[in-house]
Amino acid sequence: MSKLTIGVLAFQGAIEEHIAMTKLALEEMGIKGSVKPVKTIEEIRAIQGLIIPGGESTVIGRLSSINQTLQVIKQRIYDGLPVLGTCAGLILLARKVYDRVLGETQQPTLGVMDVVVERNAFGRQRESFEAELEIPVIGDKKFPGVFIRAPAIKEAGPQVRVLSKLGNIAVAAQQGHIIGTAFHPELTDDTRIHKLLISMTVKAYAPS
Amino acid sequence: MISLVAAVKQSRGLHYSEIEGVEIKRGTVLVKRGFAHMLKHGVIMDVTSVEQAQIAEEAGAVAVMVLDKLPYDVRRAGGVARTASLKVIEEVMDHVTIPVMAKCRIGHTYEARVLETIGVDMIDESEVLTPADEERHIWKWDFTTPFVCGARDLGEALRRIEEGASMIRTKGEPGTGNVAEAVRHIRIVNNEIRRLRAIYESGDQQELIKAARELKVSYELALETARLGRLPVVNFAAGGIATPADAALMMSLGCDGIFVGSGIFKSEDPLERARAIVLATAFYNDPESVAEAQEMIDEKKSMVGFDIKALELRMQERGTT
Repeated sequence: MSKLTIGVLAFQGAIEEHIAMTKLALEEMGIKGSVKPVKTIEEIRAIQGLIIPGGESTVIGRLSSINQTLQVIKQRIYDGLPVLGTCAGLILLARKVYDRVLGETQQPTLGVMDVVVERNAFGRQRESFEAELEIPVIGDKKFPGVFIRAPAIKEAGPQVRVLSKLGNIAVAAQQGHIIGTAFHPELTDDTRIHKLLISMTVKAYAPS
Repeated sequence: MISLVAAVKQSRGLHYSEIEGVEIKRGTVLVKRGFAHMLKHGVIMDVTSVEQAQIAEEAGAVAVMVLDKLPYDVRRAGGVARTASLKVIEEVMDHVTIPVMAKCRIGHTYEARVLETIGVDMIDESEVLTPADEERHIWKWDFTTPFVCGARDLGEALRRIEEGASMIRTKGEPGTGNVAEAVRHIRIVNNEIRRLRAIYESGDQQELIKAARELKVSYELALETARLGRLPVVNFAAGGIATPADAALMMSLGCDGIFVGSGIFKSEDPLERARAIVLATAFYNDPESVAEAQEMIDEKKSMVGFDIKALELRMQERGTT
């Protein structure tokens, strides 16, 4: 098997943070692979797994739409490319998006995950917070959830499995090879969410 | 994983609360510095009205900074420059989905408190406004809202971080349309970090302690900067950026993103220019994309700007202690 490559969508946001965490996760898992920032059609065609980072969803969506990678990413995800979207990444994956204050706004998204996401669901930066999360799929140890002007998953379709809840609010979900989190695993030192993506990528890349 | 160096553990900006019965913490260093990380590779645009804020959002700004007057007009008007009208800031917050920032005067704890109370996402303790305290900056650990501060060199940057700034920007020379001072400041910071890094690699701890004393910062913070080989918080360029090529130049010098002050709304082609600067910032390492972005603007429509040598007011000299 040739070398596994995971791409981090590199238009705007916490790109280097995700690259560092994915490298660390690969190392801890003992998997040979590379992690690269990607933003051209050629680069996106050459990867086996994708991370869409936190940042401003309006900006990432707009830039991806301008250089025509948005359609390519969408097609690759439909074709089975494993993908992890964090915060803005979750917003870009969602079927439907609206802002808590402004309601539905026009912004380019991928719309590949059957969830409805509310932007800025917990309020402004002043209301941003840390909370210990239970995420059974990655183990019993709680996960340090960092929520920054975070979105929330308001509705999830039948194919979607909610991975974590804050009280009754869904904050992480999975639909087959698509994972979305409202929080930022890339800002912590816990690599378990990244490992989840890597495991999916390895499985999709080399079916046994 | 981001650096949490120099964090004050029991700060007054930290609040415990709960959401749906789950314990949460607000105003932590991770949440405040983390916010700045989400702005990386983006462009923050100065605006003075809702209309300008909407143009900025439409063009792909990652955040807007609300001012009463653009730095260019602050220079021309003279007098005392203060924080913007709260009504205007609140109106902007009600009309855009991206983060909204506002400036307060250096050392003016109560202007900052007012901005925090109405809910701005980040406060810029800025030399563009008239300083309220000539000797001290705001003790930013007391706030839940994160701060960004200007710096001309490494010592200034690290001292602001020790006071609780979650993000740094070069000062440049605001309102001039001249990128030269921003270039000077990032070069000074980069060179000073290279020097620290060299001392760190040599293993000479005593020399690193001496360097920390010269910078007037703690050894812990100097050590972390040396270890990382960069500032431990996000660092943007500001002060004189007027064209897409200016933005790309600052990105190529290692800045994490761009503030554009007067450059956009003092030009005659704000929407096109704003779009072009966003493109040049995101694709700075691809000269063809920068050229395309630069082609979107007309130099005849750039702000005229000022020659820095002829300036009566050098804003960058405010708040350097």
